Amino acid sequence: MMIDDDIILKAEKVSMLFPGTKALNNVDYKVYRGAVNVLIGENGAGKSTLMKIIAGVQQPTEGHLFLEGQPIHMASTRVAAGLGIGMVHQELNLSENLTVAENLFLGREVQKGLTPINNAEQRKVTMEAMARLKQNIDPDEVVHNLKVGQKQLVEIAKALIGDIKILILDEPTSALSKKEVQILFDVIRDLTSQGITILYISHRLEELMEIGTHITILRDGNFQSEAKVEDIDVPWIVREMLGSDPVSDFLPPNRQFGKNVMEAKNITYVDKSERTLVDDASFELKAGEIVGIYGLMGAGRTEMFECILGKTTYQGTILIDEVPIHSKMKTAQRIKLGVGLVPEDRKQSGIFPVSSVSNNLSVASLWKRLKFRVIADKDECEAVKKTIADLSIKVSSPTVEIQALSGGNQQKVVIGRSLLTEPKVLLLDEPTRGIDIGAKSDVFEMMVKLSEMGIGILFSTSDLKEIMAISDRILVMSNGKITANVERSKTNEEELVFASAQGF
Amino acid sequence: MQTNTTTMKKASGINASHVGLVLLKMRTFIALFAIAGFFAFTVDGFLAPASLIIMIKHISINALLALGITFVIITAGIDLSIGAILGFCGMVAGYLISQGIVLPMFGIAIFPSVWLIVPLVLVVGGLIGAANGFIITRFNVAPFICTLGTMYIIRGAALLVSGGETFPGLQGNPELGNTGFDLIGSGSLFGVPFTIWLMFIVAGIIAYIARKLPFGRHVYAIGDNERAAELSGIKVNNVKIWVYTIAGLCAALAGIVVTSQLVASHPSTGNAFEMNAIAAVVLGGTSLAGGRGTISGTLIGAFVIGILADGLVMMGVSEFWQMVIKGIVIIVAVVIDQMQSKMQYKAAISSQANNE
Repeated sequence: MMIDDDIILKAEKVSMLFPGTKALNNVDYKVYRGAVNVLIGENGAGKSTLMKIIAGVQQPTEGHLFLEGQPIHMASTRVAAGLGIGMVHQELNLSENLTVAENLFLGREVQKGLTPINNAEQRKVTMEAMARLKQNIDPDEVVHNLKVGQKQLVEIAKALIGDIKILILDEPTSALSKKEVQILFDVIRDLTSQGITILYISHRLEELMEIGTHITILRDGNFQSEAKVEDIDVPWIVREMLGSDPVSDFLPPNRQFGKNVMEAKNITYVDKSERTLVDDASFELKAGEIVGIYGLMGAGRTEMFECILGKTTYQGTILIDEVPIHSKMKTAQRIKLGVGLVPEDRKQSGIFPVSSVSNNLSVASLWKRLKFRVIADKDECEAVKKTIADLSIKVSSPTVEIQALSGGNQQKVVIGRSLLTEPKVLLLDEPTRGIDIGAKSDVFEMMVKLSEMGIGILFSTSDLKEIMAISDRILVMSNGKITANVERSKTNEEELVFASAQGF
Repeated sequence: MQTNTTTMKKASGINASHVGLVLLKMRTFIALFAIAGFFAFTVDGFLAPASLIIMIKHISINALLALGITFVIITAGIDLSIGAILGFCGMVAGYLISQGIVLPMFGIAIFPSVWLIVPLVLVVGGLIGAANGFIITRFNVAPFICTLGTMYIIRGAALLVSGGETFPGLQGNPELGNTGFDLIGSGSLFGVPFTIWLMFIVAGIIAYIARKLPFGRHVYAIGDNERAAELSGIKVNNVKIWVYTIAGLCAALAGIVVTSQLVASHPSTGNAFEMNAIAAVVLGGTSLAGGRGTISGTLIGAFVIGILADGLVMMGVSEFWQMVIKGIVIIVAVVIDQMQSKMQYKAAISSQANNE
């Protein structure tokens, strides 16, 4: 093995198999010393898996890692930390009710035997770490009281304790404001000047151009390309990321739309911590039209859907079928007016796991099946059977518990539940999340069929290919704002990527 | 497609694990027969109609409470205050019969008739239940804590009604026109006491609600996945308030029955009854995690606990051992329940795998 001075860490022919999928396929990866190494790719390209392997969270099925030219085997994150590799995960992993210092030393408290924890020492080290980040955060402050950006920095401080050579940042900016991002970038520059190597994952291409020095692109679990940031531009990244495969098109030509079934005017939603999650968004949806909302995580798509369904208090006007509805109107009434939602997180807010497929399908539309205020069994049974057939849900019997079904079939049941309420507007929040490719095209075909029945469909995704495959019109959301509202035929992927970084 | 599923069902009906699953599903029923059979052999006259009726009469009190909180438990909640509501409602009934409604400004007391007292007491129980539901939903208090609090409050209130004294002799006074309260506990129809009729009627009503009304489905949905229920347009808070109201109503009914059987009301009646009721619900296969459970299961659970208790008494087993045995039965039941849901899940997965 030749020792290359520039390369601190190297992965050779790394593969990672999960039941059913190959997350990484023979990937070679180089990490350059003292640089900001950016790793990008679409959702499911294998970025997180590769980072987890480097941080010792997961062990690769095949392949080897070399640190400073020496082969290493990391059985756990502890081993990785011992070798000087630390990772800051995408979600914050702090204990809100503990102080900054306590969080930094969680699980590795300065303490021996039965003696009390050496708080003075912990505080001192915390102060040093904060000084290194040029931050003025009190070690005794309770984490709960910090701003999101400060919490992110505490996470970084936590990773910096000990002798860290490589720091992995997984989408560190997804929850930060523009100002906080700049502070983070200053910190990153400081750290690199101190000789620390940064591994940086993000979806925001503009940011990568600003902070990155080397860029590596993964596509569908394969190594795609590698370049110096100074040699490339954003269109190149988009091309490399998406490849030149033709986008499959699910929409037949010459689609006809009716009148507006939904209109949103100046919707603004500010959450409890006074962050503006939806910022003055206006758009409309016609009968029979499929509108896709593209945006990154945290762009405000889910929150927008919650506004439409009346789950949150918002300002602005929503019109259903050209009739304005009161902003305080409850979810149940909105559903009766014709709004259906298929939520993003199927497990958490979609399915009723221990209930039967039949009950899962009918529960939202029982008010339609009443005869003298009593559920008409026959009516219900027929509706359930019809939906199972229409959506080709594969189930041995409607009485099977839904948790026994595959993800794709569960998703179809959740969509079927909304359909039984006979909606005019169907909201699908990331409808293809966590389902396999075959089921995906099933879901798309179903969407086209429904739109042809005159339902207006609004769906969200963070997958560019999906949005190009199935939308009549595309909205791009970024930082709560709608930054583009274009017909699909008049746009391309690059434009959408640009728009998705414009809201700041 | 349709014939396909039925043939598949037939085919898998023969295999052993399927039979095992059916047996597991029927286990409370089997346990009931096993226990009844055991006592029939070991205790003389156990199956005599007279002793059976007395036993079922005992069971009916616990059954009423258990039926009432089945919905609560299906929504993944709990109600610890039902024993106290039972005691308090008994005291209210006793007070109304023996003291009447005192109007000090006129220096008189009005003695309402039993026909008025019973609905009045039911309203009191229902309102206490509704208050539980309101506190739980409006202020987001954990059901365990809220009903623990109301349990103390209501038990205290029951003691305050009489200063800790018993209201004896609630037959009523013919001159005051408030007789007949004792008939609820002692009367019978076709040789079967009113109390037992009442238990089956209430079970029927609640089972009807569970199966036939949207409300029942909503109860299951909330226990299964509250967020999904909300997004499906279910008025989660309303349903929950009603669920606790039903628990309160049933506890009030049980309070009336107990008071009438004893022809006296004592403020500490019903102490720890909620535990027996919860045990019956759990024995009946309702999951404390919510979303799963049946009314018939609760009824059978109440029978298992009741027959076990009375049978052991008749056998002459000491009260101390009775407690130990009851505890073991509950734990074994829940362990088997866990086994069942695991097997059920596997069976569903495999039948689904055949299909996909």
